[in-house]
This record gives sequence, C-alpha cells and structure tokens, in this order.
Amino acid sequence: MEILGIPTQALFGQLLIGLINGSFYALLSLGLAVIFGLLNIINFTHGAQYMLGAFAAYFLLSKLGVGYWWSLLIAPIVVGAVGIAIERLMLARLYKLDHLYGLLLTFGLALIIQGTFRHEFGSAGLPYSMPAELAGGRNLGFMFLPNYRAWVIVASLIICLGTWYVIERTKLGAYLRAATENPQIVQSFGVNVPRMITLTYGFGVALAALAGVMAAPIYQVSPQMGSDLIIVVFAVVVIGGMGSILGSIVTGFGLGVIEGLTKVFYPEASNTVIFIIMAIVLLIKPAGLFGTQK
Amino acid sequence: MAAIPTPYTPSADKLRHQRIAMIAMAAIFIVAPLVAYPVFMMKVMCFALFACAFNLLIGFGGLLSFGHAMFLGTAGYASAHAAKVWGFTPEFAILFGTAAATALGVLTGLLAIRRQGIYFAMITLALAQMIFFFYLQTPFTGGEDGIQSVPRGKLFGLIDLNQPFAMYTLVFVIFFGGFLLIYRVVHSPFGQVLKAIRENESRAISLGYDVDRYKLLAFVLSAALSGLAGATKALVFQLASLTDAHWSMSGEVVLMTLLGGLGTIFGPVAGAAIIVAMENYLSQLGAWVSVVQGVIFVVCVLAFRRGLIGEIANAIRKPL
Amino acid sequence: MKRNLISILVAAACAWCGGAQAQISDGVVKIGVLSDMSSLYADIGGPGSVVAAKMAVEDFGAEKKGMKVEIVSADHQNKPDVGSNIARQWYDTDKVDAIVDVPTSSVALAVSQVTRDKNKVFLVSGAASSDLTGKACSPNTIHWTYDTWMLANGTGSAIVKTGGDTWFFITADYAFGHALERDTEAVVLKNGGKVLGKVRAPLNTQDFSSFLLQAQSSKAKIIGLANAGGDTINSIKQASEFGITKGGQNLAGLLVFISDIHGLGLDKAQGLIFTETFYWDLNDQTRAWSKKFAAANGGKYPSMVQAGVYSAVLDYLKAIEATKTDDSAKVIAWMKANPTDDPLFGKGSIRSDGRKIHPAYLVEVKKPSESKGPYDYYKIRATIPADQAFRPLADGGCNMGK
Repeated sequence: MEILGIPTQALFGQLLIGLINGSFYALLSLGLAVIFGLLNIINFTHGAQYMLGAFAAYFLLSKLGVGYWWSLLIAPIVVGAVGIAIERLMLARLYKLDHLYGLLLTFGLALIIQGTFRHEFGSAGLPYSMPAELAGGRNLGFMFLPNYRAWVIVASLIICLGTWYVIERTKLGAYLRAATENPQIVQSFGVNVPRMITLTYGFGVALAALAGVMAAPIYQVSPQMGSDLIIVVFAVVVIGGMGSILGSIVTGFGLGVIEGLTKVFYPEASNTVIFIIMAIVLLIKPAGLFGTQK
Repeated sequence: MAAIPTPYTPSADKLRHQRIAMIAMAAIFIVAPLVAYPVFMMKVMCFALFACAFNLLIGFGGLLSFGHAMFLGTAGYASAHAAKVWGFTPEFAILFGTAAATALGVLTGLLAIRRQGIYFAMITLALAQMIFFFYLQTPFTGGEDGIQSVPRGKLFGLIDLNQPFAMYTLVFVIFFGGFLLIYRVVHSPFGQVLKAIRENESRAISLGYDVDRYKLLAFVLSAALSGLAGATKALVFQLASLTDAHWSMSGEVVLMTLLGGLGTIFGPVAGAAIIVAMENYLSQLGAWVSVVQGVIFVVCVLAFRRGLIGEIANAIRKPL
Repeated sequence: MKRNLISILVAAACAWCGGAQAQISDGVVKIGVLSDMSSLYADIGGPGSVVAAKMAVEDFGAEKKGMKVEIVSADHQNKPDVGSNIARQWYDTDKVDAIVDVPTSSVALAVSQVTRDKNKVFLVSGAASSDLTGKACSPNTIHWTYDTWMLANGTGSAIVKTGGDTWFFITADYAFGHALERDTEAVVLKNGGKVLGKVRAPLNTQDFSSFLLQAQSSKAKIIGLANAGGDTINSIKQASEFGITKGGQNLAGLLVFISDIHGLGLDKAQGLIFTETFYWDLNDQTRAWSKKFAAANGGKYPSMVQAGVYSAVLDYLKAIEATKTDDSAKVIAWMKANPTDDPLFGKGSIRSDGRKIHPAYLVEVKKPSESKGPYDYYKIRATIPADQAFRPLADGGCNMGK
C-alpha cells in the first residue's frame, strides 16, 4: 500500500525517526526555553554546552572508565557547574543591560569553547561506543528499530515532562516563575533570587549536557556537533514560544516529525523547512505558538 | 529601547574633528598599498564598508540584524554571475549586485521590520538561513565551489582592472563614497529621526513619525550598502562563495562593529581592519582564530562596550 | 604604481640576463603546504602533510646538495576564498614557488586558477575533483594521489564485478558529492549493474537515519556513500546501528581515509570496501617510511594524501635539481617527461594533462578479530594497474590552450 508514492511501511519508519530526532530537539530546546523563559538570557552557548556534555561522557569513559549510565548523571553535573561559573562570573553583570548583550556574550563563549576543542581534537570526531544494554534492536515489521533510539524517545519524554511538571506545577517552579516576573518582591519574601537564577541557569546547561551524553553513542563526539544544531534549536524555541516550556517540548517533537517527512518527500529542503516555519510563525504570532508576549 | 549608549550631540563646528579623522582615514588608505599588501587593504575596505552599513542599522537604528550575510552573499553571487556569465563590465556588475541586495533588502525588510528586539534578530537569522540553504543548492552559485574565475574586466570598457593600481583606486572610491553616504545619512534629518526612534519609539510615534517606514528605509539602505561591499569584493577576489552567505559571516560583522564601537562613525572601519588583519596574520594558528574572536566578543561585552573608537571618543569627549 | 615600475625594471633586467644563467629565484626553493589544519580534513592532510613535506626535503638531501629549501604552511579552512587569498599572498609577497596538498576540491580549483595567473606550480594531493585534469586543467597544475574518476572506477567496477550489482546512493548534496555519484553511477551501469535509487543529504548532516532507512528498504545490495569526512563517518556509524551490514547489504565508501577508520573503530567500519592509492602496510618500504612518519606525527599513521605530498615534493625537488632552475614551465616539463619512482607509490608517470599515474588498491576493512593493532585495518582485495586506474587522457576534455 502506498501513500503519495511512498510505501506505508517506509513512511511510518520515517515518522518514527522524526520522533527520535524531535526528542533531541525537545531536550535541547527545553534547556534553552528554561533559560530564556525564566531568566531572559539568550544562551547561544547552549550548543557548545551540549558538546561539552558529549565530551565529558567521552572523557569519563576513556580516562576514568566510567560508563554511560554514570555519565548520564555525572556529565550534566560537571557541565552544569561550568555553566554556573559562567553565570556567576560573566552573565550576572549583564542583567541590567539589553538582552542582546547576553546574546553576544554567549555567542563569544561558544566560539571560545568550540575553537579550543577544535584545536585540541580536530574535527573528525571521536568514537563513543553504545552501552551494551542498549545495543541491538528489534524488527518491528515496517522497520528495524535500534533499542538505543527507542530509549532516547522514552528518556527525553520523561525528562521533558518532568521538567515541565516541576516548573509549572510545583512550589519551586512557582517561586522561579515569580522571581523572573518580579525579582524584588520575591526577594523581599526572603527567597535568595540570585542563587535561584544561578541554579536555574546551571540546570538549563545540565539539560544540554544530558542531551550531549545521549547523543554521543549515535552522533560523532566532535567539537562542531553543537554549532549548526544551535541555530535549529533556536528556531524550535522561537516557534514554540520563547518562554513556554510546553511549547518547546511540543514543537521539538513536532518539528522532528515534520523534518522527517520532508526528508522523505523533498530531502533537499529538510534543512530549510524549520526556518520557513520559524519565519511564518514570527510574522503571524511572534510570541510563538504557545507563548505569551512579554 | 535604549540599547546602545552613544554620547551624541553634533553641531557644525563640533564636527571638525570628525572631518579631520576622515581625511586621516582617507590618507591612510591611499598610502597603505605602498607599504602593505594591496589585496589585503582592498579586503579591509570591503569589510569596512560592510561593517559601516551594518552599523547604520544597529548603531543608529537600534536594530540588531543577525542575517546581514544574506546581503553580502547575494550581491557577491549576483555580480559574479553578471561579470562571468553575462559579460557585464565591472561597473554594471557591481551595480547589478547592489541592486540584487537592495531588492532582497526590501523583501526581507518588509517581513522583519514588523518585529523588534530579539524577535527581529531571529527573523533576520531565519531569513538568512533560508537564503543560505537556497544558495547551497541552486546550480548557478556553484555550491561549495562558488563562482570562480570571475573576470575583473575593463571599467567603462577602458580601464583594465587587472592592473592592481586601477582596481585599488576603484575599491577606494567605492568604499569612501559609501562611507560618505552613510556619514551624510547619519547627520541628516532622516538620521536624527532614526536616532529618535532608537531612543524611544513610542515617543517618536506620538510625534507623528511613520516609524515603520523609517526603519524600513534604514534597513534597505543598510542592505544596499552591504550589497555594494559584497559586489565589489566578488570582483576583487574574483570569487563568490558560500562563506559570504553563511551565518558565521553575520556573526563576524557584528564582531567588527562591536569591537570598533557601535554607533560610532569610524568604529566599524577600525573594527573591520583589526578583525581582517587578525584573520590574515593569525591564520597559521587555525582554530585559535575562532577562540580569539570569541575572547574579543566576551571582553567587549563585559568591559569594553563602547568599542575601540567609542573609548577614544569618550576620552576626548567628542563623538567619533 | 611604484611597485609596477620596479617590477618592470626587474623583469627587463632579467630579460637581459638571458636564459643561459638559469637559477633559482631568490636563491631559495619555497614550498607552501596549504591544507585544512583544523577541520574535517585535518587528519587526512593537515599538519601531517607538513611533516611529509619536511621528510621529503630531508630524504632528498637538500642540505647536502647545497639547495636551500623552505617549507611554509597555512590553513585554508576548506574555504575557496581563504585558500585563494593565501595562495595569492604567498605568490605575490612571500616568494613561494610551489603550493602542495590542498584538500577540498573547491579550494583546489581556486588555487589552480591563481597559480596559473601567477605562473607558479601547484601539486595537488588532497583534492578529489577529476576536473583538475579535465575541463579545469592547467599547465601549472599536477594532480597527485587520487581523483573522483579513479575512486569511482576503482571501487565501483570492482564491487560490481564481485557481485554488487544493485546500488543505492547516499550523496552529499554539493558539487563533489554529485560528481562522485555521477562518475560511480556511470561505472556501475557500464558494468551491467543497476542503480535502484539515490538520495541527497545536505552537507554536514548529523543524522542519516532516514536516508539509511530508504537505502535499506530499496534492498539494493550496495549502499554507495558519495560523501566524505564527517558525513561518511556518521553514515557508517548509523548504518551499523541499524544493522544494515548484518541485514546483508554492504556499504561502499567512495572516499574514505585511514584516519576515518581510526575514528570509527573497526567494529563499525568492518567490511567497508573502497579504493586508495597508498597503504602503510603494503611493503617494507612503505612500512619503514610510515613508522618514521608516525613518530614525527604524534603516532598517527599516514593517509594517502600525506603520502602524496611526500611523493610530490620529492619529485619536484628532483626536477629542480635536474633542470637547475625553479622556473615553472621547465620544472613541470621535466616532471612530465620523466617517470617517477619513490618508496611510497612505486613507479609512475605524469601525463600531459597533469595527471599523476600510479597503481591503486581495492581494500576491505578488517574485522576487529583480524587486526593486530592500531592502524592495522586493511586487507588488499585487488590491485588496479596504473594504466587502468585513471581516466584515459582523451576522455578528460582537457584543453590547455585556454
């Protein structure tokens, strides 16, 4: 049976793959949305931090023999700590200024991090083997689904929904949201606002690093892995609504699927389709599909 | 949205120092080819014009575009194609390239102007990415090869531009002409209104100015002059490539302007000269160039927001 | 203006000197190694090419022969504008006589043009496009090591002849990928094979899963990877993840280097079939040289590109010694007139269109169990003799008169 010239088997396979890619988009844009939505910082360094997460996993494995499962925990903490240092030392000085300075600073940081790693490791990429428990796959009839990719979908759904729940439905999240709307009042209630901001930035960075660890076994661990991805992730966040956690989750998965479908019917446009959608959304509803204008 | 601080209150005789600086700058560029490598100086001039055009938009208009590479690239491809495939003489090839960039400026401007601040930056980025991917795939651009072996031709059918002296003079005239144009625009009533819009848009609207039209005009002018720089560059290097349309080029022009001083007249020229020189002379260091650029970004944003020329201007308490 | 006047006077003075006193310009032979020093081809050419060039100068014995040779290097970052700028500056102000290496065909084409304009010498080792000795040929350019036609004919015809007669292409969507796909398809069809489908992937694609899925469902016996560098590595890694080789299909890497295999690891790369013109473990000479090279290159064994740089520089220096000048026309004429012989590529020759001819090898990547150590990666499946490895002179469309 065929739909538009593509056998349904292949079509569903592509949809599934799109969902997998969407998981990465969602995970990455989640971190960005947390940082922008709550802190109003445009974190261009996100791609480099994703790369740092993958490299951290690589070093943990090759130098310390620490495996994948532990890396999932350790790498985000380590990179998150780096993120906290960045926030404390540099970003905190820019809060009184226009957001665009934050953008430029994080852009510069991304150049530094990526340039340094490129100098040390070249660009060909380093291998990271798949954890044995997740190797192999099962034949679903319409495609062969590697176990690891299934794990990626499940894990990112859990993390995304978990984060959304914490921010939108718990007291901690409420404090955070209040603190960004009106830091002075919240501070006068005795909540240590600067520390919350720092930790939130660290959390967003940790999310990026987590995505990096999960990407390591399937993409190459290379210094450039974040640099073109970051632009796409920005598009996802903008489309979803720059402050909306739910928006970036839904858009991430959705755009992954759309990109997958484009790859089937018109692969040359698979890079552009996200930007076309971004431009359209920005024109019609600049706050994004789920966002509210600030 | 008063984003970029610039001390600026011009009046006729207070501008004398600017005229002096302009003459000094012209003198430097005229004498330079005797001591420095002429092709390098031509590259500096093309990028200086590009940065000045970009600065018009952000320094004076308050609009940060993250997609200016699309104008540089479009003009480069257009003029290269005109010169190589259609056999245009150089002046028409450059005009054609500039026209192409201007047209693109109108189209993208109409779309982008509707939004402000970060959304404006993101729209320009999205549009530039679309243009980039389009150029990546259309056959006429030659994709990764670019359009190579672009003939410089004979200016007006008479002057052979393969002579280094002739080419240099042409590039200098174009650069200085573009610079003077920007200077005039900035000091004109139009420029004043633009600054007013940048400082406080709602007040400008309440004063009765059609804000969108001013912003669009500034955008198109910036696009046109970026295009002029790109079209000229294609003839200087006899090559139009994807680098000119890639988003990292958009980042570089931001860097040049930031380093030189946003909103200053001479800042972009200084910034362009430094960045181009750095890339040239540090090219042996490979990836370190990226790192150095990043460091400059960080340092400028944290401690050096006025930029080089901005700091000098602040020290002598006169606008530059 | 002044510069022009001076150069006219100098040129006039030299014309007066006459041809009898042939000499080396500025007393120094300056060779520029222009490569990708930091990005996706850095391991293929990069600093290793500089090492190879220096080894060639040493092995040639320049010092003992009283010839002053200097090596300079620069990073073209895979951009034609950067590359052509560096080339122009090197020729104009730094007195470089010859440029060597230049991976990335787009840069090589630009540098070839600049070299022709300035009448210097260009010895290409890294770039692939067969247009360099075809429609873009130049009397100042010699194309060493390999090209897309050789890759297509080596890999393509060998695979078809050993039973791989149905193909599916995954192509990098830019000029080099298109050319490679076109050349390989022609070979497959000529040998009675069939192309069941093709798909174009944008350059620098991170995720090939959907393309691989299409390749898998086409049930073609061979999946041809018309891409290079990071794209190839990603395709191969993800192909292994999707169990493609286990499912009975084979991957044909149309442009793969030993550094790629090293980066991938044998468990992912095993079974891959491709063509190279050099492998460190071919014979005693290549082994000895490669060990020396690895010691100077941080333990990394040479790629065919780096070996090509060595071979080219060696032959260039021999030509200068023989003709006692570094005048480009004379040197290139000597190189084309005399057969080459070096420890790495064996006996070969240089054709009138600038194509260097030497044998090619069809290799297969070993299984992890078959490998005795790092870089012990290839089994030689076949040797393609020199006269069959490269495109016939008449088919190239090279017209030097332009």
